[in-house]
Amino acid sequence: MITGNHAAAMAAVLAGRSNRSGRGFCGGVYPITPSTECMEFLCLQNIEKGHVVKVESEHSAMAVCIGASASGARSFTTTSGNGLIYMAENVMVAAYLRLPVVMVVCNRAVGPPWNIWTDHSDSLALRDSGWVQIYCWNNQEVFDAVLLAFRIAEDSQVLLPVMVCQEGFVLSHTMTLTEIAGQDQVDEFLPPLRLPHRLTKTPKVVGSFETSHMIEAHREQHHIAMGMLGQVYSKAQADFERIFGRRPPDPVEAYRIDDAEIAVVSMGTIAETANRVVDKLRDRGVKIGAIRVTMLRPFPFNALKQAFSATTRIVVIDRDISLGFGGVVWGEVRSLAEPDAVVQNFITGLGGGDIRPEHIEKMVYDTLSQQASGPPVFFGVGE
Amino acid sequence: MTIPKAMKHERLLRPGNTNCGGCGMSIAFQMFKRSIGNVNVQLVIPACCAAVAAGGFPYSAYGAPVLLSPFASAASTATGMAQVARLNGEDTRVVCWAGDGGTYDIGLASLSGAAERNEDILFVCYDNEIYGNTGGQRSSATPVGAGATNISKGKVEPKKDIIGIMAAHGIPYAATVSLANPDDTKRKFQRSLSEKGFRFVLILSPCPTGWKSDPSMTVELVRLAVRSGLFPTLEVENGNRWTINVEPDFSRAALERYLSLQRRFKKSEINMEVMSEAIDLQWIKLRALAGYNT
Repeated sequence: MITGNHAAAMAAVLAGRSNRSGRGFCGGVYPITPSTECMEFLCLQNIEKGHVVKVESEHSAMAVCIGASASGARSFTTTSGNGLIYMAENVMVAAYLRLPVVMVVCNRAVGPPWNIWTDHSDSLALRDSGWVQIYCWNNQEVFDAVLLAFRIAEDSQVLLPVMVCQEGFVLSHTMTLTEIAGQDQVDEFLPPLRLPHRLTKTPKVVGSFETSHMIEAHREQHHIAMGMLGQVYSKAQADFERIFGRRPPDPVEAYRIDDAEIAVVSMGTIAETANRVVDKLRDRGVKIGAIRVTMLRPFPFNALKQAFSATTRIVVIDRDISLGFGGVVWGEVRSLAEPDAVVQNFITGLGGGDIRPEHIEKMVYDTLSQQASGPPVFFGVGE
Repeated sequence: MTIPKAMKHERLLRPGNTNCGGCGMSIAFQMFKRSIGNVNVQLVIPACCAAVAAGGFPYSAYGAPVLLSPFASAASTATGMAQVARLNGEDTRVVCWAGDGGTYDIGLASLSGAAERNEDILFVCYDNEIYGNTGGQRSSATPVGAGATNISKGKVEPKKDIIGIMAAHGIPYAATVSLANPDDTKRKFQRSLSEKGFRFVLILSPCPTGWKSDPSMTVELVRLAVRSGLFPTLEVENGNRWTINVEPDFSRAALERYLSLQRRFKKSEINMEVMSEAIDLQWIKLRALAGYNT
């Protein structure tokens, strides 16, 4: 029985040790609620050929990861909310330098107002940073996703950092039965890191100045690498299932979608509640399904378009808001719906508001009664 | 992989780089390389003139591997590199090479953190007393009375005491280096590169472009700064053992000539009396600090 924070840390420790025959493990960490217990656990472990630097800020935490990763070590850190935003420059640097750093973002509302509970405003603010983004819905997924993250990050066709997101307190501080792995299993799943562009003794510059035609080429290469995730992740899923005995989720997980006339789209733990609502309303004869986005970057265009086909009404639940626009997930998925579909956005659960089945039911019934899409709706659930 | 023979004797800052003529940092690089010989170094260079000097992709003006770090993070990026070198039993020495901005101002937090943790890195600050890379704005290293592009007269606030700050962290070794005193400089570069733990070296780096001085006068400017007492040449061990390495003559002539060879002090009302007084006050404090040794 472990919390999401400890699950994340345990996976990072196992992954770190797996690089002992490579160049080892080194990351920089800084505490911030609710990610703190993950880094605390990490700091107190004995990682063979590993070291965790307790730096003086989140910005420096990612800088340590950059230096360590550029030197060929496996690297990991964790943060939340404002810590992630303070780290933002270096988050982008890590991606643009094509360094396979793994970070667990324990989702927390960015303040002010100061609020320690969960919403997706932090990680979504960095959706354009060039990182792969995975959203988990339970502690098992958090553990598994950290291992998967190292695997896909370090793939020679990818070489990109990966952000594993878990909702603060909901997952990070809640204990559930979680299967962890043995070191030899992780050793098999994660061979030692080979970073082709790492610093050696050869004179060269990592992170050069470039003119526009070079940066265009480099950004395009990065985008292409994102595009390789589909097949790389598939292979990783298969290997994961073979070694650990359970299959990680697809980038888009559709639930009872086949003949659904209305679908509920969400990320993270909200999706589990949505699935329960689907079961309940199906019993009442409503043709409803649910769609969970687990990998938001790279954006799963095809999987979503497929899930949306023939669905005439779509409820998009956003535990975030792009101010002056609407929900981020809504903004990204709505164009994939059928042209005549009613796509209704609900902004809810900000700052840790508890989204309950009855809330989602109301969203569904409201949308069922609409003839056309409306502007994003603020659906207050907070107390 | 072994370094090709030709590279073993090559410069650290290669010919053909884009630095201004007479750049103090260029001279510092040559002196550094000559002092350290074939020791394997990896450079961490934050945003500063040295970062621009690196040149454009895919070329490098440096004869060592370089990571151009984010501006505020030279010391923390270097931390990651040094830790991995240690974990792998490598003899690589990680050296930050930063301007005054990336040391005194935006880089101060990460510098302090790395110093406090006694990370095994050498942090070299070449101080041209302005934000040179962006055209010469004031930094906390700009001396009283010196002009900058974003202040109307001369700077009012005194120069930040970065050596005092580093000494307060109790680091194994801190030193100021004079480009006009090559033997003392060589000894300090060698020592600072070979010791373990956090080491800090400050180099007064005249900038002909920013100081409006003649490119041929760079070393002379340093010599005069040292002679007048403006730039103390000293070292501090473990934060509490201060040693003055070069005795200034405190001559008015030296200070006068120093000011005459550059135009950045012209706009302010700074005069020799004010400067002399400030130098005297600074040296009373330094004598007291070094007193245990004399």
